[in-house]
Amino acid sequence: MYVAVKGGERAIENAHRLLASARRGDQSVPEISLDQISEQLGLAVDRVMSEGSLYDRELAALAIKQARGDLIEAIFLVRAFRATLPRFGAGEPVETGAMRVQRRVSSTFKDIPGGQILGPTFDYTHRLLDPSLAEGFVPEAPATAEASTAPTPRVTDILGRAGLIESSPQAEEGASVGDLTREPLNFPADRDLRLQNLARGDEGFLLAMGYSTQRGYGRNHPFAGEIRFGEVEVEFSAEDVGFAVPLGSIELTECQMVNQFKGSATEAPCFTRGYGLAFGQSERKTMSMALVDRALRARELGEEALAPAQDEEFVMSHSDNVQATGFVEHLKLPHYVDFQSELGLLRKLRQEFAEANAPDAMKEAAE
Amino acid sequence: MAVLAHAEAGEIAARLRALALPAHQDLRAPENGLVMLRGRVGGDGAPFNLGEATVSRAAIRLASGEVGFGYTLGRDGEKARLIALCDALVQSSDFGGAVEREIIAPLREQLMVRRKQAAAETAATKVDFYTMVRGEG
Repeated sequence: MYVAVKGGERAIENAHRLLASARRGDQSVPEISLDQISEQLGLAVDRVMSEGSLYDRELAALAIKQARGDLIEAIFLVRAFRATLPRFGAGEPVETGAMRVQRRVSSTFKDIPGGQILGPTFDYTHRLLDPSLAEGFVPEAPATAEASTAPTPRVTDILGRAGLIESSPQAEEGASVGDLTREPLNFPADRDLRLQNLARGDEGFLLAMGYSTQRGYGRNHPFAGEIRFGEVEVEFSAEDVGFAVPLGSIELTECQMVNQFKGSATEAPCFTRGYGLAFGQSERKTMSMALVDRALRARELGEEALAPAQDEEFVMSHSDNVQATGFVEHLKLPHYVDFQSELGLLRKLRQEFAEANAPDAMKEAAE
Repeated sequence: MAVLAHAEAGEIAARLRALALPAHQDLRAPENGLVMLRGRVGGDGAPFNLGEATVSRAAIRLASGEVGFGYTLGRDGEKARLIALCDALVQSSDFGGAVEREIIAPLREQLMVRRKQAAAETAATKVDFYTMVRGEG
């Protein structure tokens, strides 16, 4: 229970003043700009957009600055901001097959149409701290090569043509798309709601859940069929205009996991799939998401659901870091009355215990 | 019009200044809001809600009656208004050609140059597999 506590106003005000000063740090050091955050801490911005569930680089950069680099706090700020704006509607589903890829790799096929494109990646770096980055670093201009105009189809589409992989579930005509920001979550939840939940879920939580499936807790034997990162166009069917208008482009990462096969008496065995999609360059997030998406399909695929990652209520109820941090951190707020009542009860119990265990002589003396 | 959504407000405004603009009024003053962006299960399946994006929109009516709509990602209301103005102007027989020639074509050219450069930088990171010669004996 919470109680109104008077007397903290000045302390709170001064604490916020101190926070503002601590946020700025040593004022002889130049202030960091939103452009600097957006350009030089781009992956932090991507994460805040993904988990804040709002694509706006500038706002995410501001949130990171305001939160002193605490990304969960920044995500919280972005979520709160999003609640202040009206929603015009829903965009047309993005076409990831038409992505202008900046990176695209497959660990299942060496020779894929369009090729393996490494793009800007930490992969194959030695993970040695680079002192030359400390100050005044000027990178070399990127190498260039003639770009191919060949399409880069999704690897799963190629496998799909041969019938070796299950096809994606299609929506029924006119079916509505579940939205957990509008309706309370009920279980069992459909795949659209699960994917929305995972897309805004905490990267660390999903990473641990995905990892647990690899270690045997809901094993489903994954291969990274394809990971792609790049720009896709966004269109919106505006009511006033009467047709889909282009809004511009966003950066997305998509991961297609290809998993152990499944067949039945009536269906030939084929690979199953898990899917990950997130704003920006969020590779670890989308890979984890795809692992967990596949694990959550256990029941649908007739697998025993015994591991945490296969339990949709467990995963979906604990994936949101804003909810999680709200509940964990609320323990810091005054619980004085709660605690007083517990303390009173404990004193009473201890007294009863002491009386029950007192030596008989003392009891007699007391009598 | 997709070209305009990819341009900066300042670039559109600078090019619009070269035209003698007809009288026009705001039909809808610029406003900011959200659009829920969607993906598809597996990339090609049923849609799901991925997350929202900030979007700015505006509408303009020319004195001659043409109505233009402007929508763009982000919160730059002025950019939405400029796009709406261009959208109205392209529909006008007096201005359509000039807008395409003076505004959209050069901005498209700029966009293509940027994309070509990015594509060339990406292409340089494409893996060329080769087979090592096997040692015999």
